Amino acid sequence: MTVGVDFSEWVCPLPLRDYPNVIMGHGGGGKLSAELIEHLFMPAFQNNLLETLGDSTIVTVPQQRLALSTDSFVVHPLFFPGGCIGDLAVYGTVNDLAMSGARPLYLTAGFILEEGLSLSALGSVVERMGAAAQAAGVQIVTGDTKVVEKGHGDGLYINTSGLGVIPDGVHIAPQNAQAGDVVIVSGTIGDHGMAIMSVREGLEFDTVIRSDTAPLNHLVAAMLAASNDIHVLRDPTRGGVASSLNEIARSSRKGILIDERKLPVNPAVASACEVLGMDPIYVANEGKLLAIVARQNAEAVLEAMRQHPLGQQAAIIGEVVEQHPGLLVARTGIGGTRIVDMQIGEQLPRIC
Amino acid sequence: MCLGVPGKVLETYKLHETLMGKVDFGGIIKEVCLAYVPDIQVGEYTIIHVGFAITRLDEQSAQETLALFRETGLLEEELLAADDHAAASETQPS
Amino acid sequence: MKYLDEFRDPDLAKRLFDEIHAITTRHWALMEVCGGQTHSIIRNGIDKLLPDKIELIHGPGCPVCVTPLEVIDKALAIAAHPNVIFCSFGDMLRVPGSGQDLFSIKSQGGDVRIVYSPLDAVKLARENPSKEVVFFGIGFETTAPANAMAVFQAKQQGLMNFSMLVSHVLVPPAIEAIMASPTNRVQAFLAAGHVCSVMGYWEYEPIAERYHVPIVVTGFEPLDVLEGIRRTVMQLEAGRAEVENAYPRAVQRQGNIPAQTILKQVFEVGERKWRGIGNIPNSGWHLRGEFRQFDAAAKFAVEDIQTQESPLCHSGEVLQGLIKPNQCPAFGKECTPRKPLGATMVSNEGACAAYYQYGRFVSLESITS
Repeated sequence: MTVGVDFSEWVCPLPLRDYPNVIMGHGGGGKLSAELIEHLFMPAFQNNLLETLGDSTIVTVPQQRLALSTDSFVVHPLFFPGGCIGDLAVYGTVNDLAMSGARPLYLTAGFILEEGLSLSALGSVVERMGAAAQAAGVQIVTGDTKVVEKGHGDGLYINTSGLGVIPDGVHIAPQNAQAGDVVIVSGTIGDHGMAIMSVREGLEFDTVIRSDTAPLNHLVAAMLAASNDIHVLRDPTRGGVASSLNEIARSSRKGILIDERKLPVNPAVASACEVLGMDPIYVANEGKLLAIVARQNAEAVLEAMRQHPLGQQAAIIGEVVEQHPGLLVARTGIGGTRIVDMQIGEQLPRIC
Repeated sequence: MCLGVPGKVLETYKLHETLMGKVDFGGIIKEVCLAYVPDIQVGEYTIIHVGFAITRLDEQSAQETLALFRETGLLEEELLAADDHAAASETQPS
Repeated sequence: MKYLDEFRDPDLAKRLFDEIHAITTRHWALMEVCGGQTHSIIRNGIDKLLPDKIELIHGPGCPVCVTPLEVIDKALAIAAHPNVIFCSFGDMLRVPGSGQDLFSIKSQGGDVRIVYSPLDAVKLARENPSKEVVFFGIGFETTAPANAMAVFQAKQQGLMNFSMLVSHVLVPPAIEAIMASPTNRVQAFLAAGHVCSVMGYWEYEPIAERYHVPIVVTGFEPLDVLEGIRRTVMQLEAGRAEVENAYPRAVQRQGNIPAQTILKQVFEVGERKWRGIGNIPNSGWHLRGEFRQFDAAAKFAVEDIQTQESPLCHSGEVLQGLIKPNQCPAFGKECTPRKPLGATMVSNEGACAAYYQYGRFVSLESITS
């Protein structure tokens, strides 16, 4: 769906002024800053609102409830199989908005550039952001750029904030899970986290695992069209499915029981997890969602999901129960049970 | 201690005078050290721990162990099938 | 994956569970020595499907758990050196020393890296000749051949900027120490399959005989663990005490001879301190004299670092199955997974961490029934 870094086809539109890399002056508010905006950001994000270049951008929104979200993106490496930090920055905020049932409309983008970052890498990221915004159907309407000294950043950090409108009659929140509801996942889990792991120095594989980074708002719209009585939506990013379901269990004061055998996992992701001693239930996703839906609507929602390209492998993985409130319990492959708690920090490869 | 993962040897070669190889772990391919299984043949399985093959996996023994499991408690077969059926209908099919 | 999926079959697991229920007539305390097996037991929920009469005591076979505090402190001191690239398996990064962990050292600017294999650290030494590359050489007999090869290659390639902080431990002396303890409760052992892949199981035969204790070499997949339990219970019920191999696809009696050969070249046996247990004679491996120049403890002059373990922590008694984690006075108070005092609270599979996670919620019966 998305491509990794491909510098061969990318032509920097900047009059480079002999600077192939970001220098402090690019954040100084002078000519260099202006050129960066005009030649690098504007062509990638092109829209009328951005082109007003005011201190703030004025937008008109429908008379509905608004959803606001912000997220900052730090990822190493900046480019990975299946995407780059730019895709994450757009889809991450779009997906956060979509998880409240909102239709995302506008994004803002803030960039922290590390002195020395190559302008072609930055250009490539920004171009991907433009394409991602188009794919998600949102506009990037205002932005900001700062430069930090070399050694004070990891190349590039991006913050995006987003604004969306929530259709009337839609009430989605983590505390809404009710006993008897079913838990649906939109597809295979753990792809993004293992894609990043597979290119980390010291852990590399000869096999490519691609990130699943994708905008979920269209999938959510399709689900809401099937039934607007969706109780909870969550995109299981850091901490994976386990963390999201734990959070829902705690917010709703209900128990969640899942069947591990029903969790869809790509074979390569499953194998990579075996090799590193990791559990896919804790591994990050960037293009998947969890839905908690009343049992009587589950089939309709599931069917709508499976009709959408991002939900073809959607599956019912469990249910909300009155027992063990606040806890996520998994029925294991051999029919046992275990409590799936949240991890304390990032899941690490283990030897033991 | 000791996460060990079975993998299939795809190729073998020497690197820094040490026997190395590419091993396929269900679709994930990694370079591993084969110095401790010097007789291993391409196509055979081995158990890998921290990038080292620590033993050859013996297919015949594996089959014998599984056969032993299959013979365990054969009399309870019917009961077991009934239980499984009940367990399967607890959650909706996906 | 072949050799994994077959040994996770739920129908066959059900048969083994039924068989274990059928043959168990009285209470037995089994110790699975290996942290990997503890992980498998909890991960698959095996503990909750066994007869109540079978008590599993989680043994000291997790290198994360038993690496003594002072070795962690040595690692932290070395990792804080400005010119050092400190390489470790992922497991060790979160293990606290007396003040902090390797993550904190990293946050203060230390170059701490996770590697998959010790040979990755050797490669880093080759690629960074101006840096000192130190590898944290922890583990049991399974990991030792890999670490031995790293030292061996460094010597062969003349990589004088490579060194290893060695804290290797051996299983048979630990089993003996447990059996010799006057308060011992363990009646049978599941021996660690992959340790035996390397070392064989002949060393356990005199122990089984001397202490009249069944020892069953056991693998890691759910069916393997169940078969190990089934065989130990059969022995206990029949009054037998033998060494059996329930993991024949990966273990032979004599072990892996090429691996043992290089182990003897690089390491020699000596006393080793175990976190929470104390010194056990002949329970560790140290670098031999001819490899001394690769000894990071000597190179960075941290040999004198001595750390007393917290007197509040009773992890040693937990490891030996003498007390339950929640019987420790520090449990859940001074000691939590977020701020662990002892090793058993550190690793996910550690007995205390497991108790902390599950014990907070009382009525587990409703879940398992």
